[in-house]
Amino acid sequence: MQKILFIDPEKCSGCRICESVCTLHHEKVCNPTRARIHIVKWETAGLFVPMVCQQCETPLCEAVCPMHAIKRDEKTGAMLIDYDLCVGCRLCMMFCPFGGVNLDAKTGRVLKCDLCGGEPLCVKFCEPQALQYLNATTINLRKRRAAAEKFSDLMKRMLALV
Amino acid sequence: MVWKRKIAYINLTTGKIVSKPIPKEVRQLYLGGRGIDMYLLYNHVKAKVNPLGPDNVLLVGTGLLCGIPALGSGRCDIAAKSPITGGVGDSNVGGFFAPELRLAGFDHLVISGKAEKPVYLWINDGTIEVRDASNLWGEDTFETQDIIRDDNEDEEFKCLVIGVAGENLVRFANVRTGMKNSAGRTGMGCVMGSKNLKAIAARGTNDIEFSYPDELLDYCREMNKMIMETRWARAQSKWGTLIIYSNTNTTGLIRTRNFQSNRLDEGEDLEPENMDRYTIGMSGCYGCAVHCRHRYVLREGPYAPIFAEGPEYTSLGAFGTMVDCKKMETVLVANHLVNKYGLDTLETGGLIAWAMELYEKGIIDDKDTAGLRLEWGNEETLFELITQIAHRKEFGNLLADGFKTAISKIGKDSGYYAIQIKGMSSLHSDERPTPSLALNIATSTRGADHLRSRPAIDLYSLPEELLEEIYGAPVSSDYTSYEGKSRMVWWQERLYAVTDSIGTCKFQTVFCAVHAPKWEEFKKLIHLAAGMEFTKAQLMEVGERIYTIEKMFNQREGFSRKDDALPERYFKEPTPTGLPIVKGKKVDKDKFEKMLDEYYSLHGWDENGFPKKETLERLGLDKEPSHMV
Repeated sequence: MQKILFIDPEKCSGCRICESVCTLHHEKVCNPTRARIHIVKWETAGLFVPMVCQQCETPLCEAVCPMHAIKRDEKTGAMLIDYDLCVGCRLCMMFCPFGGVNLDAKTGRVLKCDLCGGEPLCVKFCEPQALQYLNATTINLRKRRAAAEKFSDLMKRMLALV
Repeated sequence: MVWKRKIAYINLTTGKIVSKPIPKEVRQLYLGGRGIDMYLLYNHVKAKVNPLGPDNVLLVGTGLLCGIPALGSGRCDIAAKSPITGGVGDSNVGGFFAPELRLAGFDHLVISGKAEKPVYLWINDGTIEVRDASNLWGEDTFETQDIIRDDNEDEEFKCLVIGVAGENLVRFANVRTGMKNSAGRTGMGCVMGSKNLKAIAARGTNDIEFSYPDELLDYCREMNKMIMETRWARAQSKWGTLIIYSNTNTTGLIRTRNFQSNRLDEGEDLEPENMDRYTIGMSGCYGCAVHCRHRYVLREGPYAPIFAEGPEYTSLGAFGTMVDCKKMETVLVANHLVNKYGLDTLETGGLIAWAMELYEKGIIDDKDTAGLRLEWGNEETLFELITQIAHRKEFGNLLADGFKTAISKIGKDSGYYAIQIKGMSSLHSDERPTPSLALNIATSTRGADHLRSRPAIDLYSLPEELLEEIYGAPVSSDYTSYEGKSRMVWWQERLYAVTDSIGTCKFQTVFCAVHAPKWEEFKKLIHLAAGMEFTKAQLMEVGERIYTIEKMFNQREGFSRKDDALPERYFKEPTPTGLPIVKGKKVDKDKFEKMLDEYYSLHGWDENGFPKKETLERLGLDKEPSHMV
């Protein structure tokens, strides 16, 4: 069953562990600027939002790539870059609406999340569970349940059960 | 590799900037962070210099493991001769600055001289510039960071800044980064202010290379698991350090009304659960799985709206128990104020509590305070006094010079009421029933302090077999006993010195959690990250060396056994309340002196607390200053 990298910014503590494990795993060094995931912060407002490739259903990166170098991995659903074909034109970076494609200034290559081949390391390290790797079918059920809890509290109060 | 990274020497008087690699020998002896900073302090600050003059040197250092995705590896160590104690000045801060400095290519900064006008250091990928800061002068600690980021059109700049307190040379001004993180103790912000240095801004895109990246990743995951399996870390994830209050207040280990009682009655509103009313989530420092900082909002009341981070256990004491304010909201407002102005929470609260007791006793009156009524529990007085201190106005100006000067100016028996050691205020903990903690605050090289060597796990009454396994010799499990406690303090000193030098968080070693990473784990992390080999005994020796060079610095400044003392009240006034084991306790002078003797002999120091010749030789300190960097 297809899984999805699910982000819950409300739980993010801003620790940037995801950024450093991402580069340690892929580039064998620690360097957040070369990470495939990035925590966007509004520090003085206390807002942290992890941003990463959404592995879109209709990926613009794939559509604009003149070399057809971006293809979906059937196993994980991740959009992968074939570096044998990629010419580094960065169109994918320009068109991605989320900033999901990053430019590695060291190598000139474009980088994007490959879901670590189906076991995203950032998820394993994310203690507050702001990043989760979930079955596509259960994601919405979870969201619905969380939203429904608010109603359920309301119902309880209305019925004076608490 | 990690140990190949650079140190930069910046002279603010001449504008000269030189950078050099850090030799491996220095790493082998001092690791990084606090260790190297303490070596630099001893070597670059000459004896008896004016702490606020151009000859004092400000040191900024990242830990050896800075950047690893575990144990809060983003700690930054800031040091100089302290304008509060006149001895070792050193403060450690989390947040995100240290990794950014390392990514920018530097591990240590040695800042000397004094700039003619306000400046800030701009550090970007191997380049360091001294830049004009006239538009930053007068701004608070939050705005300063925002303006630097705006001016550079780069949101990723991380900054160490001072607030108006540092600009006004308040002796206990701190250095801050982000919303919450503060290098609070020993007045490092005052030293920055004295150099006209408003901020240090770093931005880096270089790689941090580690020796065995794949194995390091696996082991970091294991480390995060190990710490998160402790009850302490899990509680901290939810309540932060506030969780300590529930335990210490119930037991009777908290100073209230300065030093008049050891428990706050009707202090329920300060219980950590009440943070639920204000918190919108937690935030963590770089590389931290625990995330112990509240992000909170005050939506109502006369001081709203406030968004801030904190408060710490320390804030509950400084603006709660010690000044007899019993509302969480008071603590939250005061926490925000000191952070905005860049004042050390603990020193500010300690001085205000002391002034309130002097006012109550009639040692100072309305004439001295310019009409400000220093009554217990008066939150408006508290806020006003914090503001006065930061701006050096009226009565606040007197307190802004710290305990030593304020005591001599007020005179009478004001000194008796001051809970300070070496001129620096102590945490709001009451150590009368706990000899190990009392020895810890007395001997701390940077003045009264709980983070130099506190054996906090002593309070858990752990089985003696376990204690012996940890400390290597018999230690009493009774926290009111004097038996074996010198050994505990000695062991913790070395562990914390190493923790501060590899740059990980003290909360993620044996501080409050027993089963947290320590020597063996540090040994392996250093191997995997830096490719350097140590045995446990060698790491402990590094800790010993760091603590001893701090001691040598203080000795050179004229400190001796008489300075490793407790406030007189600890020996004279018994605790009025608390659990039966805690009530009626004062420190026994003879037993305390015996404990101090034991402690010196464990270190290989003489009866005056000076390192013996053979100790210096054993640690390779006999040729200091050696100027390797």
